[in-house]
Amino acid sequence: MTSTIPAAATREAYPFGLIQLVEEGVDVVAIDADLSVSTMGYQFGEKYPDRWHTVGVAEQNMVGIAAGLAASGKVAFIASFAAFLPGRCYDQLRTSVAQPRGGMNVKCVASHGGVTVGEDGMSAQAIEDLALATSLIPFDVIVPADFEETKQAVVAVGKTTRPAYVRTGRPKIAGLYDSSYRFEIGKSSQLQAGTDVTLIACGVMVDVSLKAAALLANEGVSARVVNMATIKPIDRAAVLAAARETGAIVTAEEHQTHGGLGTAVARVLAEELPTPIAFVGVDRYGTSGKWDELLGYFHLTPERVAQAAREAIARKR
Amino acid sequence: MSAVVETKVSVAELEAIARRVRASIVKMVAAAQSGHPGGSLSAVELGVSLYWNHLRCDPAQPDWPDRDRFLLSKGHATPFYYSLLAERGYFSHDMLPTFRSLGSPLQGHASMGAAPGIEMSGGSLGQGLSFAIGTAFAAKMDGRNSRSWVLIGDGELNEGQVWEAAMAVPHFGLGDRIFVMVDRNGIQNDGFADDIMKTHPRQMWEGFGWKVLEIDGHDMAAVDQALEEMQRPDERPRCVVANTVKGRGVSFMENNPGFHGKAPTPAQLEQALAEIEAGL
Ligand SMILES: Cc1ncc(C[n+]2csc(CCOP(=O)(O)OP(=O)(O)O)c2C)c(N)n1
Repeated sequence: MTSTIPAAATREAYPFGLIQLVEEGVDVVAIDADLSVSTMGYQFGEKYPDRWHTVGVAEQNMVGIAAGLAASGKVAFIASFAAFLPGRCYDQLRTSVAQPRGGMNVKCVASHGGVTVGEDGMSAQAIEDLALATSLIPFDVIVPADFEETKQAVVAVGKTTRPAYVRTGRPKIAGLYDSSYRFEIGKSSQLQAGTDVTLIACGVMVDVSLKAAALLANEGVSARVVNMATIKPIDRAAVLAAARETGAIVTAEEHQTHGGLGTAVARVLAEELPTPIAFVGVDRYGTSGKWDELLGYFHLTPERVAQAAREAIARKR
Repeated sequence: MSAVVETKVSVAELEAIARRVRASIVKMVAAAQSGHPGGSLSAVELGVSLYWNHLRCDPAQPDWPDRDRFLLSKGHATPFYYSLLAERGYFSHDMLPTFRSLGSPLQGHASMGAAPGIEMSGGSLGQGLSFAIGTAFAAKMDGRNSRSWVLIGDGELNEGQVWEAAMAVPHFGLGDRIFVMVDRNGIQNDGFADDIMKTHPRQMWEGFGWKVLEIDGHDMAAVDQALEEMQRPDERPRCVVANTVKGRGVSFMENNPGFHGKAPTPAQLEQALAEIEAGL
């Protein structure tokens, strides 16, 4: 973890992950739906034109094609904006990908997740995608926090036979990991040790939570920071360790607090070790604006995460 | 009702309005440093002819229940939409520079009710024609003769929902209440439509039972005449396929997929405004 890692958008890692998979011999076919210049899928298409298709603005058709590819033994990747994948093709994902054979080998990589899409405004700002994706039973659901983690997550899902949903983002954000990092599906990564509270975050909120931990440190509060990149299956051991060792939890996600990271963490706590928890997320529809302005507008800030930590700590018994 | 257009605006006058709308489009996108100029500039003649000579509307009463509705199904073309609405008097031009900024009524994709004249929220392609069917059902039930005019992109024709709705309009006999305009500029997000997903708009609409009027979408007289003609009762619903140029009026944007969703630099803005003024 050095600050010399360059800022990059997580979506920029998508083609690199695909290319690595092909180089390692995985039989990948990737599809885009007229947003390849945004999902960055086109860069894979330039390198492997025989392994890439673009189907026009037709997300429902894209899912069906992917299911057919998977049924024929391919590892199918499909990409669009998180507002449209899964939003525009949820039924196709459910009946053609999630249900057959316990889950087809189809991987969704949805870019422009959350509110940091920015100026395109509410229709483009996906804050429901994790709820939809986690509701598809066999799906792994992953929200990587930087470029390196995204690349490794794409590779990791490409090597399972399960369907998966990986959310990437539009803006260039801080780099957290170098190539020595090892991402594993279902394993969180602790970025900072702490004893009073644990900030469990995913995506852009990981960096925000690191900054919140710095604010809390100024007040003498020791905050652990955990990057919970995999929402499903959730890293139960890490959640329970955080509950046991710090006694208070905050979840922070660029998604509504219903149906995403916070819900998944709360369920583990409710089942095994009830613990004070506070949720940071976006529970209303958006507005246009610059991506960093919008983080402020929706209170996805270090200040808000720190405040949530104080609230959770105050509820410790 | 004064809101029903009686005196037609001349073609020369429409062309002058179109130049102002084009200038406003590039200024808005430049000010926001984001937005979609290409598919805004291609639709200008359609929009101007419609709003000045055919749409039954009254900017002073945007909620007039008997009004016609303009439904921007290709919902990213907001610079076009907002410029038209301002020019037509729905709201002040002073609002345009707030486009895409935090909290502005002029959102990146239109938000229904955020500003006067916005009839439908847009942003997820393929949905406008279905919305029009709903408004037509309601108008029929309420005994109103208002109509809907739906603007669809040629890339947008890729969306299956368009064809579900296209099938339903003749089935329900709504052809005298719903008019479709396809902005066939030949470019979508990722590149040229013929490369991304070739469509055959005339054959497709005809196949679904529509009468197609194919025109040069930048010939104002032809556009104005086609929009007149499509209102004449017919057994089939009517669709204008307007052959247009994406980025029309600005040399470096014309037929350039790069300007689907990109803003001009300050120097490019100056050049664009000069070219629009000169009526390239
Ligand atoms: C359901 C959906 N998928 C993808 C997009 C992203 N998108 C915005 S514009 C566009 C291309 C549209 O092309 P076209 O309809 O030809 O528009 P025009 O060229 O007239 O601007 C795409 C794919 C979207 N807005 N909605």
